[in-house]
Amino acid sequence: MSEATWQYRTPRKRLFLWAGWLCFVALCVYCWQVMTQDTIWYFVTDAPKQAADLGARMMPPKWSYMDKLWIPLWDTLNIATLGTLIGVILAIPVAFMAASNTTPSRLFIRPLALFIIVASRSINSLIWALLLVSIIGPGLLAGIIAIGLRSIGFVAKLLYEAIEETDILQIEAITATGASRAQILNYAIVPQILPAFSGITVFRWDINIRESTILGLVGAGGIGVQLQGSLNTLAWPQVTMIFIVILATVIISEWVSAKVRHAII
Amino acid sequence: MLSVSNVSKTYAAGDKALDDVSFTIPSGQVVGLIGPSGAGKSTLIRCVNRLVEPSSGTITLGDTPITGLSAGELRAVRRRIGMIFQEYALVERLTVMENVLSGRLGYVSFWRSLLRRYPSTDVQKAYALLDRVGLIDHASKRADALSGGQRQRVGIARALEQDPELLLIDEPTASLDPKTSRQIMRLLIEICNERQLPAIINIHDVVLARQFTERIIGLQAGRIVFDGPPSELNETVLTKIYGEEDWTTLDNESEAA
Repeated sequence: MSEATWQYRTPRKRLFLWAGWLCFVALCVYCWQVMTQDTIWYFVTDAPKQAADLGARMMPPKWSYMDKLWIPLWDTLNIATLGTLIGVILAIPVAFMAASNTTPSRLFIRPLALFIIVASRSINSLIWALLLVSIIGPGLLAGIIAIGLRSIGFVAKLLYEAIEETDILQIEAITATGASRAQILNYAIVPQILPAFSGITVFRWDINIRESTILGLVGAGGIGVQLQGSLNTLAWPQVTMIFIVILATVIISEWVSAKVRHAII
Repeated sequence: MLSVSNVSKTYAAGDKALDDVSFTIPSGQVVGLIGPSGAGKSTLIRCVNRLVEPSSGTITLGDTPITGLSAGELRAVRRRIGMIFQEYALVERLTVMENVLSGRLGYVSFWRSLLRRYPSTDVQKAYALLDRVGLIDHASKRADALSGGQRQRVGIARALEQDPELLLIDEPTASLDPKTSRQIMRLLIEICNERQLPAIINIHDVVLARQFTERIIGLQAGRIVFDGPPSELNETVLTKIYGEEDWTTLDNESEAA
């Protein structure tokens, strides 16, 4: 009797796998050609020198410019925090309408809620801000609402997934006591999703701080307005100072959100 | 008193879980429901409080027909039926006290339950029950801080907090070690006797069923194939319920225990 052999893939599967890889490599080569056909290679070879030149002009940072940055920085934090608040408040009902185990109607309300989530997520906050600046004018309010609108989809999506992952047994047990729908929500579902909810909220706030730093580029308030102004006037030391402030803010917000998430779980 | 007559359940996928099941449980009687996995034990007790909707047949608790009630009436009858689960089914992130008080949800208004402002009689009863199951010192701990046996005791207290007229008990010992299993079974039987509570206990463990219940119903593929006292549960009957197996070792265990 000959020795039994075992192969992970059938010969047919192996052939397809090789053909697949071949196509992938061919596609990469083709794309590289498309990408580089308009490249002027002189500029590329020149790049290190240009970067060094720009770096030299950006250094040292203009520390005294900080005086003018405190208020925009405060605005940026407010945009992020208030925007997150609005987003979360609006996301909660959307999430409950989207989760298949809590939605009032699978046929009408659930698709509607899912559409709200997709619509909110598919538009970047910078685009939201652009639209809102032309609707309600430049300033903080446009930024806050832009951040809020963008956050709805993100928070609602993660929250409705958490709602769908709740333990059915705990819900059954509370239902069996004769609890009403609102009581089941309060006793069986909310305690199960509370850690996820807090985690998602802090995570989104953290993201929103980063996003709100650039909203000023389109006139929606915050530190981005200063960035825009400094870039336009080629005031590179000021740009460096703004980068430093943004970096410090993001590091602090990340640290805060990590602490909060740790405390909740 | 609970009476179940001609109850059948066919799931949407077409599997027949229960086939023309009928029995009556007088007050104070503890019935062990045995049968192989998938025989319909779980479906049967969930049909009684309509966590699963029976396809046909009628179920009556006292004078109340449970089948065919509106949503509001169903809530009112569910609070009269306590349920205890295999995996305890406590709300893990709530305290022991909140879990026990959740047995009153069918009685109190939404605002009272939201603000955790239960009537003091409910709170007194919850303390008394926690004392009865030996967990008075754990009232303000979170449920997930307790051991398996302790959680099941909280589950029992929650069911009793409802002032039930019937207990539905789904595999109360399947997640517990043999010693704790016996303690929990003993506690359940004592409580049923104290309160003259009828109960249906789904149970895998034939030895425990024999030892602790006064009547056994054997379910096989959704049909009742045995209904009688534990003493009549002989090899022929066990073979009818579970299929061919050497049952002699089970008899020895049963005598030893």
